[in-house]
Amino acid sequence: MSDAALLKKPWQSMARQRDAGTFGIWVFLASEMLFFGALILTYTVYRVSDPAAFTAAARETDIWYGTINTAILLTSSLTMAVAVQASTAALGFRRLIVACLSLTVALGVAFLVVKGFEYKEDIEHHLVPGLHFALAQPAAQIFFALYWVLTGVHAIHLTIGLGLVSRLALLIWRRKLVFDDNPEIEVTGLYWHLVDIIWIFLYPLIYLPGRAS
Amino acid sequence: MTAKSETPTKTARDLWRRNGLIWAALMVLLALTLSFAYVPLGAANTPIALGIGATKAGLVVWLFMELAKSSALKRLAAATGLVWLCVMFTLTLADVLARLHTH
Amino acid sequence: MSDALATGNLPFPPRPDYLRNGRTVTSWLTTTDHKRIAILFALAITFFFFLAGAAITAVRIELLSPQGHFMTSDTYNKLFSFHGIVMVWFFLVPSIPNTFGNFLIPMMIGAPDVAFPRLNLLSWYLFMIAGLVTVYMLVAGGVDTGWTFYTPYSTMFSNTHVLAAAAGVFIAGFSSIASGVNFITTIHMLRAPGMTWFRLPLFVWAIYATSIIVVLATPVLAISLMLVIAERWLGLPIFDPAHGGDPILFQHLFWFYSHPAVYIMILPAMGVVSEIIPCFARRRIFGYDFMVYAMLAIAGIGFFVWGHHMFVSGMSPYAGLVFSFLSFIIAVPSAIKVFNWTASLYRGQISFDAPMLYALGFVGLFTTGGLSGLFLASIPVDVHVTDTYFVVAHFHYIMVGGSVSAFFAALHFWWPKITGRMYPESWGRFGAILMYFGFNLTFFPQFLAGYLGMPRRYHTYPPEFQIYNIMSSSGAAILAAAYLLPLGYLTWSLFYGKRAGSNPWRATGLEWTTTSPPPPENFDSQPRVDRAPYDYHPEGYSAGLGEPEVQNAREVE
Repeated sequence: MSDAALLKKPWQSMARQRDAGTFGIWVFLASEMLFFGALILTYTVYRVSDPAAFTAAARETDIWYGTINTAILLTSSLTMAVAVQASTAALGFRRLIVACLSLTVALGVAFLVVKGFEYKEDIEHHLVPGLHFALAQPAAQIFFALYWVLTGVHAIHLTIGLGLVSRLALLIWRRKLVFDDNPEIEVTGLYWHLVDIIWIFLYPLIYLPGRAS
Repeated sequence: MTAKSETPTKTARDLWRRNGLIWAALMVLLALTLSFAYVPLGAANTPIALGIGATKAGLVVWLFMELAKSSALKRLAAATGLVWLCVMFTLTLADVLARLHTH
Repeated sequence: MSDALATGNLPFPPRPDYLRNGRTVTSWLTTTDHKRIAILFALAITFFFFLAGAAITAVRIELLSPQGHFMTSDTYNKLFSFHGIVMVWFFLVPSIPNTFGNFLIPMMIGAPDVAFPRLNLLSWYLFMIAGLVTVYMLVAGGVDTGWTFYTPYSTMFSNTHVLAAAAGVFIAGFSSIASGVNFITTIHMLRAPGMTWFRLPLFVWAIYATSIIVVLATPVLAISLMLVIAERWLGLPIFDPAHGGDPILFQHLFWFYSHPAVYIMILPAMGVVSEIIPCFARRRIFGYDFMVYAMLAIAGIGFFVWGHHMFVSGMSPYAGLVFSFLSFIIAVPSAIKVFNWTASLYRGQISFDAPMLYALGFVGLFTTGGLSGLFLASIPVDVHVTDTYFVVAHFHYIMVGGSVSAFFAALHFWWPKITGRMYPESWGRFGAILMYFGFNLTFFPQFLAGYLGMPRRYHTYPPEFQIYNIMSSSGAAILAAAYLLPLGYLTWSLFYGKRAGSNPWRATGLEWTTTSPPPPENFDSQPRVDRAPYDYHPEGYSAGLGEPEVQNAREVE
């Protein structure tokens, strides 16, 4: 019954439209893999070229901010997954979906707040490449150049995700969007999880090297 | 569509239980990778950290993103991204490592 | 209507075609109809084509004399850079996929639209924003890095508008990816009943293969340019050798996109030619399956060969060996295609209408360009001719001789379908022949000049090369006329051209079974497909003389 409201041009069946939406976003995620992959490749090339400078630089990052943020994002993936599955179950879980989407947004914002504190601390510790950089090794500046680029690009992706998820939460809360089996929720969820996955890889690359030595 | 195969009387609690378990596993892995980072294992530290990272990512992809229940086509899309990533890494590093070791 | 009656079709119930379905500017700027978006793209890329063409006209005039009196070296550098950037990202990459691909893919597979119509429109707006940034870059003073943005020149030394140039290309990349995702999903999800994968016209396969490359390669270009922007704008020393940065890494990232980008430009052209040759030879395409596999192989192997752009960059010679070997391999699927086109002509009933002339021109020029590519894949020869006009000639044979010829072939072939009007045939043939000769006169002498050692990208040159440059520049004048000519007679045909029937070429694709121009939803009734494409003649015959079997089992009567 909700199908008629959701069916869009040029589709003739809801199943096909959903299939195309999720397939399309998977194709886009494959593209995103190459996007972040190219950055991580850059990191890898420089790290194998000067491992000592990279571990020394990585030690300067704040592992607690990094770890807390990893936990926050993993939890946001949990709330997102529940929201998506509550929607695909098509059993009228409106309050649950709204609650989960809002929690996801809250966790995403929390991530950015923590990141903001971390950035502030980094700036105070002269970890921005340039004249007054804190570390002596030249390649340490490359590590931090990549640190800012990687976390910055990730934060932009997260912010886009926040926009998408808040929109869904708001519309469903105000009963302006069909929430049962709406492919938009699933598609947004897939994007959100990808942003989480990127961070899962950034965490060991940025925060963990050099802790033991 | 995938939900139809499950019990129709799924409750909110079921959803939280299933996904909560995955989340708990992710948290355990996070704690594990954090502790391993402080154990001096020399060259093994990085592979362990990345291995745990890959496991976490695998859990998210397979269960949260439900690739386990997705059609072959979507798995193919995901796999294609991964394969091309390998091509990029392999051929670039072929040059970079060869240059490092000849100097 | 009288035409339709004459060809045996009954008049349709009155309903507007897509061109007359809303006449306001707003109805065009907010449209989600793939056919209208195709036309929006066509207008935009035509503008950029002539803009970049104007830049290179000035360069060719400058090169008439060895000393170069006409402009400063700085201006020269900016002009060829602008030409390269705009031609690659604002003409060639979007040219066939976003215009003909956009227009034809849904029609060829029997769908009412692409999978994500609003994303399609977004792609156009992103493209326009990118174009605006690029035009701003030109107005603000241009960029002098060449289209390749090589570091550390682009990041540390150039005093021109690298940021705006890189930002423009970066945004254009998102437009490419959006269209790529859209086409892949459309082809997977919206094929008409009976349209199995191996009944797809080869043009659809070509766009599919192209889209895969776009989706997987473009993000890496985005990263390489973003890192250049980060280094220039934020001062992050990513490719700075003083900090242990590796400028060669930039080249790896750049060419990981930009070599496959060559196939983004040429695969759609191959698709176009594979539609036209069977139609004008009245023959089934020779070796359909192999054509499909060859295109997929080109798309795949295209990702393994980028290092041949870097043989003299200081890359490890061992990696160079691997890349050289892999580069030779990609000649195999390309050769398969050329042989199959040739074999499709054999014993055909060939007619030389303008689309066919352009298509045959493509085959010749692509073959020349491809064979000269083998020289460049071989390291010893490449070291000799790197950064000479040999390379310039080689890639212009592929991109201009190949892609642009095919673009014009497609323009003439599908013009009746798109506009509902026939173009004037004699002018069309004259234009095609003129373009072929103008092209060869422009670029063949550059093979010789390059082989004798004339370096590219220099504003002045030793006097012994003047003869080649005069030939090139006069060829370029002919080529310019050949490009402007269709602009004139095609515009004329919009108003005075003969009305086209549904299927003026008696071709077999689904797009020919609807009216010209098509209705907004493409087909009045859902097509059903019961046969492979290119069924121009019965089994056992060498060529068709009568009406071919179209793919639509429910042809509109």
